[in-house]
Amino acid sequence: MSFHLILFLAFGAVCVGGAVNLLAQRHPINSALSLIAVMAALAGEYLLLGAEFVAAVQVIVYAGAIMVLFVFVIMLLNAGVEEETKGSRIALLFGVPGVLTSSVLMVWVVLRHSVTEAVPIGALPGHPTDIAQLLFHDFLLPFEVTSVLILIAIMGAVVLASKPEATARKVG
Amino acid sequence: MGEEAKALSVGVFILVSVIKSVLVLFVLLTAVAYTVWLERKVVGHMQNRWGPTRVGPFGLLQPAADGLKFLFKEDLTPPHVYKPLFLAAPMMAVIFALTSISVIPFGNSIPIFGYNIPLQITDVNIGLLLILGVTSMGVYGVALAGWSSNNKYSLLGGLRASAQMVSYEIALGLSLVGVLIQSGSFSLRTIVDAQGGRFLGFIPRWNIFHGQFIGFFIYLMAAYAETNRIPFDLPEAETELVAGYHTEYSSMKFAMFFMAEYANMITVACVATLLFFGGWHGPLIGPPLVQAVLPVFWFLAKVFCFLFLYIWVRGTLPRFRYDQLMSFGWKFLLPLAIANLVATAIAVAW
Repeated sequence: MSFHLILFLAFGAVCVGGAVNLLAQRHPINSALSLIAVMAALAGEYLLLGAEFVAAVQVIVYAGAIMVLFVFVIMLLNAGVEEETKGSRIALLFGVPGVLTSSVLMVWVVLRHSVTEAVPIGALPGHPTDIAQLLFHDFLLPFEVTSVLILIAIMGAVVLASKPEATARKVG
Repeated sequence: MGEEAKALSVGVFILVSVIKSVLVLFVLLTAVAYTVWLERKVVGHMQNRWGPTRVGPFGLLQPAADGLKFLFKEDLTPPHVYKPLFLAAPMMAVIFALTSISVIPFGNSIPIFGYNIPLQITDVNIGLLLILGVTSMGVYGVALAGWSSNNKYSLLGGLRASAQMVSYEIALGLSLVGVLIQSGSFSLRTIVDAQGGRFLGFIPRWNIFHGQFIGFFIYLMAAYAETNRIPFDLPEAETELVAGYHTEYSSMKFAMFFMAEYANMITVACVATLLFFGGWHGPLIGPPLVQAVLPVFWFLAKVFCFLFLYIWVRGTLPRFRYDQLMSFGWKFLLPLAIANLVATAIAVAW
């Protein structure tokens, strides 16, 4: 029971607990905060694999920017507590055993066809220079195409957020 | 020192780390209290009045008096707030403000009892990214405080503050990338070590003289906006939004926001010293015992100069209007930071 395994289980528990809490909470802001906890726990898991750069970027980008956006939207739209919907008995009767059975089957198939051994820290390339080599040398074209995709998204956001009179004046 | 340094066993390492953490935390919290004192004195003298003078000589016991006041004040929790987040937001602000001090190196290693102890709580390979990550998480304290107060002034103040912090984070990060390209590592100790030595025998090889002059000024402006200080303090301006996101807070919770703001200031000053001004490098004079401790003195002197600059700017400039602030960040600072990055990259690749 090495310290590595204990840390892995601890971060994993926070991850799963946060994800379950996300679904169980009724106020969206609590769900958003649980998702932030999940992101932080994932960053911890990346650190345990030795991927330090990815862990830092996970915190900076996902927990620090994307989730801030989520929280902003919840605050600005004044999203309140969700209303209760009528539960479905069929979903409970067939759904829960169905989900359990299918997840057990999937895990069994995956474990059967994979080599399961713990990855020691440092086995996979995690140093920023390795990632830079992959990103800007081996996978340069997908990287540039992704930035064009993000540029299109930004342009779409600017068009959607612009004032209607401005677009009407351009058309008419 | 002729003897070999002993390697640290696990137990000794944990003990040393705990002692370092407690010491650094104690020093940081005292520094926060006395930065408040310094600000009140300096701004007071700039405005042609004395600052605190009654409590202790030169008002030096004023922070202690303020601390006692905060402890004894009534801790109001208004009935209309969203309690869990109302209580958690100041804690989050303080936690994230105090975390980033753990990767800041104060000096070289000092030999104690035969062990070589580096003057840093931990030297992670991604030290600079850790500071940026903690800065981006610091937005939550402000945003959630503003929202959970259930009060239109707080909500607007919180949203403005978080939008400002998110916008200037980009320029902040990009200004640091110039330094990273020149140093080749994210580890703060490596970045400082690369700034040793001198040009022409007398100009120190600090990054600000070594090509990052514009980068330094971009960092400075972005950092003033990140820490919500004048001239970028519209989110907490009294004339605009009552008190912005901390309107509904009293006593200890307000003190926590206050502590978080000044701890952020100190962290920014430390990072500026490390990245642009050579960290603890400075003339080493005197006997070997003094020489082992002198780097820490140089580091603290440089950090003090930055804090004084922060307070000086606070006493001098008027604040930006919100739209001026946002357009400055996005339309001027960000393109300038990108241009600085491109110029540095070309210069290094030449």
